[in-house]
Amino acid sequence: MNPTIRRSAALLLTGALALLAGCERPPVDTVQRGYRGLGMIELSNPRIAQQTIADNQSPEATPPMPAGGPPASAVFKNVQVLNDLSVAEFTRVMVAMTNWVSPDQGCAYCHAAGEDLASDSLYTKVVARRMLVMTRHINSDWKTHVADTGVTCYTCHRGKPVPANVWFRNPGPSAAARAGNHAGQNTPAPQVGLTSLPYDPFGPFLDQANEIRVVSTSALPTNNYHSTKQTEWTYALMMNMSQALGVNCTFCHNTRSFASWDASTPQRETAWYGIRMVRDLNKDYLDPLGPTLPPIRHGPLGDGPKVDCATCHNGVYKPLYGVSLLKDYPALAAPAPAPAAAAPVAGVQPITVATLTLVKVYFATGRTELPGDAAAALDALAKAHPGQQLVISGYHDAQGGAAQNEELAKQRAMAVRDQLRQAGIGDQRIVLMKPEQAQGGGGGDNPEARRVEVSLK
Amino acid sequence: MAEYQNIFTRVQVHAPAYAGVPLARGTWVRQGTPFFAYWLGRIGDAQVGPIYLGWTGVASLIFGFIAIEIIGLNMWASVNWDPIQFVRQLPWLALEPPAPANGLQFPPLNEGGWWLLAGFFLTTSILLWWVRMYRRARALGMGTHVAWAFAAAIWLYLVLGFIRPLLMGSFGEAVPFGIFPHLDWTAAFSIRYGNLFYNPFHMLSIAFLYGATLLFAMHGATILAVSRFGGEREIEQVVDRGTAAERGALFWRWTMGFNATMESIHRWAWWFAVLCPLTGGIGILLTGTVVDNWYLWAVKHGVAPTYPAVFPAVVDPATLTGAPR
Repeated sequence: MNPTIRRSAALLLTGALALLAGCERPPVDTVQRGYRGLGMIELSNPRIAQQTIADNQSPEATPPMPAGGPPASAVFKNVQVLNDLSVAEFTRVMVAMTNWVSPDQGCAYCHAAGEDLASDSLYTKVVARRMLVMTRHINSDWKTHVADTGVTCYTCHRGKPVPANVWFRNPGPSAAARAGNHAGQNTPAPQVGLTSLPYDPFGPFLDQANEIRVVSTSALPTNNYHSTKQTEWTYALMMNMSQALGVNCTFCHNTRSFASWDASTPQRETAWYGIRMVRDLNKDYLDPLGPTLPPIRHGPLGDGPKVDCATCHNGVYKPLYGVSLLKDYPALAAPAPAPAAAAPVAGVQPITVATLTLVKVYFATGRTELPGDAAAALDALAKAHPGQQLVISGYHDAQGGAAQNEELAKQRAMAVRDQLRQAGIGDQRIVLMKPEQAQGGGGGDNPEARRVEVSLK
Repeated sequence: MAEYQNIFTRVQVHAPAYAGVPLARGTWVRQGTPFFAYWLGRIGDAQVGPIYLGWTGVASLIFGFIAIEIIGLNMWASVNWDPIQFVRQLPWLALEPPAPANGLQFPPLNEGGWWLLAGFFLTTSILLWWVRMYRRARALGMGTHVAWAFAAAIWLYLVLGFIRPLLMGSFGEAVPFGIFPHLDWTAAFSIRYGNLFYNPFHMLSIAFLYGATLLFAMHGATILAVSRFGGEREIEQVVDRGTAAERGALFWRWTMGFNATMESIHRWAWWFAVLCPLTGGIGILLTGTVVDNWYLWAVKHGVAPTYPAVFPAVVDPATLTGAPR
């Protein structure tokens, strides 16, 4: 071979290999699902699957709190959604939400630093409250899609204040004025698998409820006027769903007849409900939140983020591979009956949250002396927050006369104050705050009610 | 002649430049000084030119140039005249036909009007090129087989972009100009009409497509294999059967019991090639006009088999009362 030919051959080979650069490196595993010979198979690449599995692990649930105690609404102000929970469970859910949604920003992401916990001054708190309502709505009214596995904040958020996969109204790529009309497609759009299909499958199908079905139900023409162009939009939505779930067309369809339900897999039913669920969520929950959000959270057309399949699924056929985090947080399912039974006895229960430490000191009936372990806990608290103001609020239970109880709550708060003074905290850093409702919740001698709370101002 | 026993041409025949047979009539002559290109010689005749344009050729090139300009400039405009993005995104870019709502009306230029103009110029260009092809064959005293084969391809092109859209009452049913976009259109077209693989004319078209390539491979291989016996002079051997033709015929008779002749193999190949777009065009023409769902059509006529159920019965949720919309 002469050098010219060898060089040309090398050049050609390099060019040919460059064309393969966009391809996925083998191996590819196939799993047959349907009847043999129909190509009803799922494809997967073990190398990529390994990474996907690692990226989609459900976090460990924290151990459940002992049930009982007053409802959260009796202890905290302005609790609108989770008000049927016990204080302990409520706090556990709050901690979990912080870890799921804003682990880096902490409680202060929703609860403005230096303000009362009840304050709604941050938009994030308003959004979070609405999202709690939405989560309960999904878990109770959309079992056709989420079954009993359900969803939690983590299903979408994955430790980020805004889930990785959301969408906004899409103005499309800019084009010249009198030519170059995209007709809504023909640009490498990641949301449709980098095809030239319509780049916004979301607006028409997941926000508005345009018809997805285009195929005729009869062999001969009747009155089906859906065009080939319209089919491209449906195709775009299906590409997006396929990508969002990390599956092929054949996960739901028998491709010899996409439209036939009798040839489809049961997953198609689940997906059908999923599309309706997403529409419902966008219409009733996500889109209306747009004006609540600051401009930095808005899309190019000023709307708020909305959900599609990938928001929960993140490239997996079942979010988090079907692990139900919801069963460990029943509060996020339907409004749950208030838990009863076992209650804390006199003692100290520190609740560590990322930026805010609450200490609750529990007292015996009718007594104002600090329990044995309180001194150490309050000392630690004082050391943990040098220079910060501590707010002390005393509560009492429902037994006995009102005046006597008021005094009891006050004396308990004083006892805690004295201990903090002993720990070296000056008076200027201590605020005694009389709660609006000093009756600590629950009925009769509920031990959760007999407490003093120390919080950060 | 052992040099011909190779997949690639290893022999370049050098001869003085040849101007071609005299043209009988007409004002145009062949133009340009012929030259030799070594690399072209490796895949064909090394002599380039002189070329004949004629008024149909010139008009065809002008119309074709206008069409390509309209398509290309629209693509470039769609990336806001960014030359880098034009190159980067070229396979994705397209000039789309009008929206279906426009029916057969002429829409504003940027809403499909450009597409209609490009289609007009491209079609005119192609038809003029066909005329040129026909007339050049006649001028050389040849048959017009090539022109009619080209006409078969033009038939498919016109069915896709003009005849079927007319019958459907909407230019929106036509194919976009674009590399990936026309492929996406093809897939969407098949999905919309219930899977084109159940269209019997699509089946025929595929059979002729693969059949034509198979015949071409068989024929090409046979002629190369007998070229050491002068088999490349196959046309002469149609009437004066030499040992090459005898051996080629005998080879296929031994191999599969039947053989074409030096002449008939070319008719086989020509018809397979021509029938591919002819039947394909019929299949496209019937789609949406006569048949709306080819899968259901195939079920109705016993073409599509049934398979044992593997999954539990699946019911369309939209048919259930109380289901969400």
